[in-house]
Amino acid sequence: MLKTRIIPCLDVADGRVVKGVNFVDLIDAGDPVESARAYDAAGADELCFLDIHATHENRGTMYDLATRTAEQCFMPLTIGGGVRTTEDVRNLLLAGADKVSFNSAAVADPDVIARAADHFGSQCIVCAIDAKTIEWDAEGNPTKWAIFTHGGRKAALDKDGHPIDAVEFAKLIESKGAGEILLTSMDRDGTRAGFNIAMTRTIADTVNIPVIASGGVGNLDHLVEGVTEGHASAVLAASIFHFGDYTIQEAKEYMASKGIPMRLN
Amino acid sequence: MLTALVDYDSGNLHSAHKAFERMARERGEGTIVVTSEPDVVAKADRIVLPGDGAFPACKKQLFDYSGLFEAISEAVTEKGRPFMGICIGMQMLATRGLEYEETKGFDWIGGEVVKIEPSDPALKVPHMGWNNLHLEGAHPVLEGIETGDHAYFVHSYHFKVADPAHRLAYVNYGEEVTAIVARDNIIGTQFHPEKSQRAGLRIVSNFLGWKP
Repeated sequence: MLKTRIIPCLDVADGRVVKGVNFVDLIDAGDPVESARAYDAAGADELCFLDIHATHENRGTMYDLATRTAEQCFMPLTIGGGVRTTEDVRNLLLAGADKVSFNSAAVADPDVIARAADHFGSQCIVCAIDAKTIEWDAEGNPTKWAIFTHGGRKAALDKDGHPIDAVEFAKLIESKGAGEILLTSMDRDGTRAGFNIAMTRTIADTVNIPVIASGGVGNLDHLVEGVTEGHASAVLAASIFHFGDYTIQEAKEYMASKGIPMRLN
Repeated sequence: MLTALVDYDSGNLHSAHKAFERMARERGEGTIVVTSEPDVVAKADRIVLPGDGAFPACKKQLFDYSGLFEAISEAVTEKGRPFMGICIGMQMLATRGLEYEETKGFDWIGGEVVKIEPSDPALKVPHMGWNNLHLEGAHPVLEGIETGDHAYFVHSYHFKVADPAHRLAYVNYGEEVTAIVARDNIIGTQFHPEKSQRAGLRIVSNFLGWKP
């Protein structure tokens, strides 16, 4: 049966891993290719590179990283950050990425997803959605989530000046041909308090494409909750793996012990 | 020995190229070339047809290269050269595809390519990620591969073969989804061997040494 995926994400700036990766046997912890190799050997199911500066001038560095990673890691590689046009997608795919993730550009113009999916196939087009809870019911349960851009600092507004509803936006980009949604809860990101479960479940149950849960993982139970309660098809995490709190194998074995189908061999 | 990876502008060839190159190097034999040239395909000892995307678009793109399909067809069906299709490159072996519209395939392996319709509504389409293979028959390209080994899939349609003998492996995804087909000198994988780590590289290596 299909296994739940664990996807370590590396934040990259100017060709170097930003947060650093704390593995034994790593010659250069700041080199994304070295880190990718370590995750490949550790049994990660996919890898994600996020270009956090994504200035036009350093695109070439990202292409070079994709090429070098693809030469050594025979597993799916997603690259995101600063992707704006179908030409960006083409360049990243040619360089060696297997999937490319849109974010702000898809909020500004959802049709860019359609153009990219028509050209390259939905299977390689990911849409990243960064969202925060903006409404709660009388009992304090979250009921509405809105899209944020610019690292969660700026609320995205529609043409009438209203916040963009994350659930409606997820449906929209699914209809445009996105193959997968990378859903990050901006109110949880970096808190280590766990995923925004209500938002993850609402969106995962609404769309028929896979949803990757992201933002807020602090321990292995959070990964389990993302799948069992959040209904995510995959979980993405950065710091718990980078800093050596847990290995990929520990996470997989723990999730399997909770009844989640995992790829253990 | 020359292995041609056919480039018809369908998706990402980089990782496939690197995987085949690496295994050719490990085996100490052969050259891998990425090509759209019928002449190169015609003289290749082995042919690999990769591809990502929708069936009608991929078929059209392939046939837009004048003489390319004819060169593949002659090498495979007349000269018996080993052939491997990957993902859409495997699906196009069918009699016809039903993605968006009915499109004729090569009809090298009888059957239809139909939408995956899992009985469980919680199962998403595309079928994306790692699934474990159930082998149904032995084959030289599957040497060292066992039932339970994982492979990486990403697709929304799958190949329903007309003759069960042509299906070598399936995976469970609410129904039995075809993973590997084969007939004579032809083999096809729905999954991406080039992204399937150990098992995938083993299949690539076996293919490079296959003498049907």
